[in-house]
Amino acid sequence: MNTTHSPVGAEVLGKRMMDGVEETGRVILFLLGILRAIPGFWKKGYLIVEQMVAMGIESLPLVVVTSLFTGVAAVQAAYQFQDYVPMRYLGSVIGKSVVIELGPVLTALVVAGRVGASIAAELGTMRVTEQIDALETIGISSIRYLAVPRFMAGLIMLPVVTIFSDFLAIIGAYAVAYFSLNVSTNVFMEGLRLFFHLRDVFGGLVKSLFFGAVIATMGCYFGFSAEGGAEGVGRATTRAVVGSCLLILVLDYLLASLLFRVIFV
Amino acid sequence: MIAIEKLEKSFNGHRVLNGLDLTIQSGESLVVIGRSGCGKSVLLKHIIGLMRPDRGHVYVDQNDVTTMGEIELNELRKRFGMVFQGAALFDSLTVGENIALPLREHTSLSESEIRERVKEKLRLVELEGIEGASPSSLSGGMKKRVGLARAIAMDPEFVLYDEPTTGLDPIMADAINALIRSLQGRLSITSVAVTHDMRSAYKIGDKIAMLHDGKIIYEGTPDEIRKCEDAVVCQFISGSASGPMTNS
Repeated sequence: MNTTHSPVGAEVLGKRMMDGVEETGRVILFLLGILRAIPGFWKKGYLIVEQMVAMGIESLPLVVVTSLFTGVAAVQAAYQFQDYVPMRYLGSVIGKSVVIELGPVLTALVVAGRVGASIAAELGTMRVTEQIDALETIGISSIRYLAVPRFMAGLIMLPVVTIFSDFLAIIGAYAVAYFSLNVSTNVFMEGLRLFFHLRDVFGGLVKSLFFGAVIATMGCYFGFSAEGGAEGVGRATTRAVVGSCLLILVLDYLLASLLFRVIFV
Repeated sequence: MIAIEKLEKSFNGHRVLNGLDLTIQSGESLVVIGRSGCGKSVLLKHIIGLMRPDRGHVYVDQNDVTTMGEIELNELRKRFGMVFQGAALFDSLTVGENIALPLREHTSLSESEIRERVKEKLRLVELEGIEGASPSSLSGGMKKRVGLARAIAMDPEFVLYDEPTTGLDPIMADAINALIRSLQGRLSITSVAVTHDMRSAYKIGDKIAMLHDGKIIYEGTPDEIRKCEDAVVCQFISGSASGPMTNS
């Protein structure tokens, strides 16, 4: 019996890992390509504004609904508080958890699903119908013309949408607290102010800045790498959304560790 | 002049171009023929620098395209126009904006001059007055003609055509061939077309080159190729299902 061969499962796992490392390298090179193309891009500000509208303004209806219902967290907090913690701390818990964690992360996940998919599908279709090649043949850098505006719009709009989302989530929580938990406005607001630090809001916005970059980069990268017609575009779209969501969650942990355990201590 | 020397390109271990040599003289109209998937479009993409070869060189007026950086390539591409198989018009722009895009990006023409230039190019491809139309509302033949108008917007020295008549009915295909021929005469451009449509090849080519097994195996005028006795070339131009290309 030949025992020198690796088990098939180990070979497959090894190949997948190598593919993963290779793909990560390509994403990093793609991101560097975008960063190199940014200087002097402000002359084409209209392209960024178009993408800001698509990423920010058109995402608002979804963000409004998601954020208002984030207020449901108040019900769960109240359930955990009962008999142990005074209700005056409800506002504090809601305020902290929304601006540090729930606002930036939930907004990023919702925008990744909507905008990341749309970027990958649009650019993927342009790739398989040779529109990206056509752009290159007329001497226009596709990274500069297509990826940079989306990247910049992601950087600018995600923090803006997150501020909006934080505000709405707190309104939603207040409404739940007032109407269904019988917590008065004064008590809720007092709690909200009690442990409020501007650095928490700032930390949440720094996170959302990175999340915006992740969503745009992954959407553009997978769109640019699409191949094989409609099926390829579908695959690119799925990979862009899954990749963005995973990276957002991993990055959330890393940034939280850096911001709230090192920088803002 | 475009000179291609010992060009090699493989995809996933499959060698598509295998030491290809070809020279295209200025002002000439060359048609590269060959079976589907033999590497004709890959060859065009190497000429304009959309692909990098594994080995070999492509020279455009002594400048090596294969070693150029992005900035140099973009400069060189201003001298080229390319018509794609599916036209590759930008969906998000109107017909007029598609043709105006290279002018807006690379020239300092005023908006009224650009509008005039767009009109002129649309007139050349016999599609006047459709500046405001969306590409999705056009037929296949109209898209190809708009693609051609965009390709010649910058008055290029070289125009590359990727399967210019594929997917068109015979009458529209003949109209596109006539248009390519008349533009060639009027604008004195050097053109390279790849196709497997022999009617198109005879009509638009001053010279025809046959690509097979990653190399150019025959070059000649349309009259010479009609009389060619090479078995592979004969099988291809006669469109026969049996012969050396299919028996091997």
